[in-house]
Formats: sequence, structure tokens, C-alpha cells
Amino acid sequence: MNTTNKNSPPRRQDAKKDDKEIILETRKPLDLLKARKEFPILSTFVHDKPLVYLDNAATTQKPLAVIETLDNYYRKQNANIHRGVHFLSEQATQIYEGVRIKVQKFINAADTKEIIFTKGTTEGINLVAQTWGRANLKTGDEVLITGMEHHSNIVPWQMVCEETGAKLKVIPITDEGDLDMKNISELLNPKTKMLALTQVSNALGTVNPVADLIRLAHEKGAKVLVDGAQAVSHMAVDVRALDSDFYTFSGHKLYGPTGIGLLYGKYSLLEAMPPYQGGGDMIASVTFEKTLYKKPPHKFEAGTPAIAEVIGLGAALDYVSHIGLLTIAAHEDALLAYGTKILKRVPGLTLIGTSAHKTGVLSFTLGEIHPHDLGTILDQEGVAIRAGHHCAQPVMDRYGISATARASLALYNTTQDLDQLVTGLNKALELFG
Amino acid sequence: MSDLRDLYQEVILDHQRHPHNFGDMESPNRHADGFNPLCGDRISLNLKLDAQGKIEDIKFKGSGCAISKASASMMTDALKGKSTQEAETMFHLFHHLVTGQDDATIEGLGKLKVFAGVRDYPARVKCASLAWHTLDAALHEKKEPVSTDDGMGSGE
Repeated sequence: MNTTNKNSPPRRQDAKKDDKEIILETRKPLDLLKARKEFPILSTFVHDKPLVYLDNAATTQKPLAVIETLDNYYRKQNANIHRGVHFLSEQATQIYEGVRIKVQKFINAADTKEIIFTKGTTEGINLVAQTWGRANLKTGDEVLITGMEHHSNIVPWQMVCEETGAKLKVIPITDEGDLDMKNISELLNPKTKMLALTQVSNALGTVNPVADLIRLAHEKGAKVLVDGAQAVSHMAVDVRALDSDFYTFSGHKLYGPTGIGLLYGKYSLLEAMPPYQGGGDMIASVTFEKTLYKKPPHKFEAGTPAIAEVIGLGAALDYVSHIGLLTIAAHEDALLAYGTKILKRVPGLTLIGTSAHKTGVLSFTLGEIHPHDLGTILDQEGVAIRAGHHCAQPVMDRYGISATARASLALYNTTQDLDQLVTGLNKALELFG
Repeated sequence: MSDLRDLYQEVILDHQRHPHNFGDMESPNRHADGFNPLCGDRISLNLKLDAQGKIEDIKFKGSGCAISKASASMMTDALKGKSTQEAETMFHLFHHLVTGQDDATIEGLGKLKVFAGVRDYPARVKCASLAWHTLDAALHEKKEPVSTDDGMGSGE
């Protein structure tokens, strides 16, 4: 079915190294019209206006392939997995475990045993913090995060630091929204046991130099967790080339269902980690005296998992791989450049996050108009954006604001979508005069 | 679909541009902070009650959207000189205005009736009611800051 990663596109952060490969690969241009037809919701209306969906960093819309896979699963395939000898159960188990192989290929992990299904990125990070963190952190140790993390990559570390006596340190960000590497040799030091950072900022769109930071962290003996929630739909990810110890993302930001995500971990680390939750499916044997756990990944998958969602995620991975992440990235980069250009022309508009390495996100403020008001006015034009702190309050504090309006892109967005955004912003300016 | 002008009436836009009773107060005897975690709106409310429990002075500070700022501004205008009991009554009238199904309470609210338009924008009800919930907390001398995420009743 899925042979995606044989010709897997090079990761963008390694573009230099792989220049040749990029040139050799014939990148097919995106058939936008065809792609849009795959997403039924895009032909709906909001307040009598055609929907312009620019809230993709919150969640992406779902293609027919995913919707029909979910529908088909419940109509014809539904059964519990790993525990039946009947036909449906065996079939469901096979499809479910087949998705593990798809994910392994999608991120180029060495082994399917390194792929753990979670509820989403948040659970992936909590799992590592609560198992690896509690087992490995102690007073005097440091956990290093960055100033542009989503709350989900801050709070779990704060919690485990509080429990273990480890200290939380933060790499600051520059005015443009890049990581400020000035004091990195101080921040990343032999006391650092974990570097947890996002590959792409959800509030700023910055693409961080994760490969470089992973190398630096490993030199100091620290492990690294990469939050890939905002990355995987915009660029090809190769966890082995990155040499990331842990990598986590959500299905619903990758055109898949909600309630399903992924945690990748190097097998040796997963094997040494205690379980996360206890229950069925994660045990080898149970007596009242002693329970023996299964090996990873099942050790970390207690209870009946989100079977339908896993299978839906498989369909999403197939869909994305079929179009090709290079094709998607090229389309979105062109849109980002166009959006940046036309937004800059709107009087009083300030872009928050102007890194040279960006993807998919246009975060901004407009004069004195509060982003929440912008959100309402744009909504009346059928334009869906996010207004608020984007679960990244420290980022807002860094720029001395309480909120931004954020338009975020996906493969189905068009230049007309961005034109409609600007039309809405001009209406807001008119109204607030 | 309702017209944006029903929500953003001229008087609301005026108050958000030039909020009344905005700033610090010396030695208030009632105080509360309100916070809307959804959008980051913050309000800090100070009151001076006289010996009879009448609102002698009321001032607010904070940052927020047009609706929350205008609501705080117009609320403070409306409450000056009122007894705490009258203030509580207005809180309930206002609450019904922005969350109810009808205009049953509109007559008792004077200028505040311009917020009836908020009803058609469920995501914005919290913005309009943040100042009022903060007032309620201040009058009941609650120590915890008010958050629109908890305990503010259904429909918000």
C-alpha cells in the first residue's frame, strides 16, 4: 500500500546537504482544485459566505479518504484488537498494526516497536515526562525548553521538575522569533538531562534548527524530545537523520482524526522506561503478587486504544504521502510569501514572528483592534482564524501583547483565501475607524 | 445572520476608544481581578463603598477586546451611586440580557441594553460578562481571581 518513504523528500533543515537530491527529484505541482474537492467541508458556507479555513494550526480539515476510512471501519470492520480469535478482531488487529508500519516509514524510524500510539502530542510529552522524567531526573538536574513552546511542552516539564527537584531552563527568543543562541553553551550544559523543543512554533511559525540543537544536546549527554505537532504536515521528518531521542505529533493536525497521536522513542530508552498507565493490553501476565509488562510499544498502550482513529490516521498518512510533502511545502511556502506580502500592506498591521525560517503561520496584531474582535469580524466574512494566546502565553509576554490573530495554512488554501482575509481586515479597520 | 453593527454599536465603539472610569483608585475597599483564559482578557476592578454600602466610586484597569472594555466602562458608569443590592440586581438583569432568549430584562438596564446584540455571538458572551462577574466577586469579597472558565454558569 504505502511505499512512501522510498523516495522520501529531504528534510528542509538539511536542505544544503541534500541539494542534489532536491534537484533530482521532480516535484509535481499541487493540483489545488483536485485537492480542494477531497475536503467536503471546504464547499460549505459560514454566515452565507464560502468557508475560508485558515485555522489549520489548530486542526486541519479531513479529506474524503479519512472520512470514508472511519465510516468503513465502523460499518464493516469494527472489533477490539489483540484479544480475539474471530475474523473481525484479527482483521482489525492487522489493520491497526499496519498503521504502525506506515508511521514508522513516515518518520523513518528504525523499528515499529519504537512507535507508540497516544491521544496526541500532549499525551506523548506527558508520557515521556512522567516515565522517563521521573526515572531519570533528580535535584541538580536541568530540563531545557524554549521560549516558544506550546503550554503542552512547558507544563508537563514543570510538573516533573516540581516532583523531582530538577530545574526548568528556557532558551529565549529574539525579536524576529528565532531562538536566541547567544547563551546556548551556558543553558545547555552537563547538568542538562533533557532538551524539549518544538520543531515549528505554533504561535510564530518559526522552524527551529532542531538537528543542530540535538547534536549540541547529545554532546552534553542530554536526551532530546521534539514536539512535531506543527511540523509533520509541512515537512518530511526523518527521526533517524535528526537523531532525536523522542518525537511526538498529533494526527488531527495532519489531516487525520482527533484523539490520536504518536510518540516515537529510541527503543533502548523505551525499554528502560517504566510504564505510563497500567491496564489491559500492556501486560504479559498478572497475578496479585506481580505483574509482568509487555515490551514496547505495547507496554505504553494500556486499555483499548483509539482503533478507528489509528486506522483513520493511516489513511491520512497515505493521503499526505501520495501528494508528497515536498509538493505541499512548496505550495504553502508560496502562500506564506504571498500572505506576508499582502498583510504587510494593511495599515497598522504588525506581523509577530518574522523569522527567515518559517512555515505555515501568519500571526499578527492590527493597530489597537483586539484579535478577538478581528476574529468575530472575519468570521462574519466566512474566514476562520484563531484569536488568542495560542496556548503560548510566554510568547505573548515576550512581545508584550495579550493575544494575536493567527492565520495558518494547509495544502488546500489558496491565494484567494488570503485575499478574503485581507478584505475582512479592511472591514475591521473601517468599523473601528 | 446578524449584522456586525448590532454587536459593534457606535456607543460600544465609543466606550472602547475612550473608556470611562479607567485607571487607578486610591484606597479602595473592594477589589477583584477577572481573567478570560480563552483570549487573555484581564480586568482589575476597584470599588469604594460608603458606610451604607453605596458605590461611591468604581474604577477598572486591564486589557481586552472592544466588547469587554466597553462593557466594563459602561458598567462602571451605570453603577456609580447604586447600592450593592441594586448592583447585584443589575448583574442578574445583564446576565439574562446576554445569555437569555428574550429581552425580558432590557427595560431595567438603560444604556446597557446595547449589549443585547452579544446574544447572537455565543463566543463573545464571556467578553461582555467578564466585568460583571468580577464585580460580583468584588462585592462578595472573593479572594480568588475570577476566571471565565469556571463557575460562570451555562451558556457562557
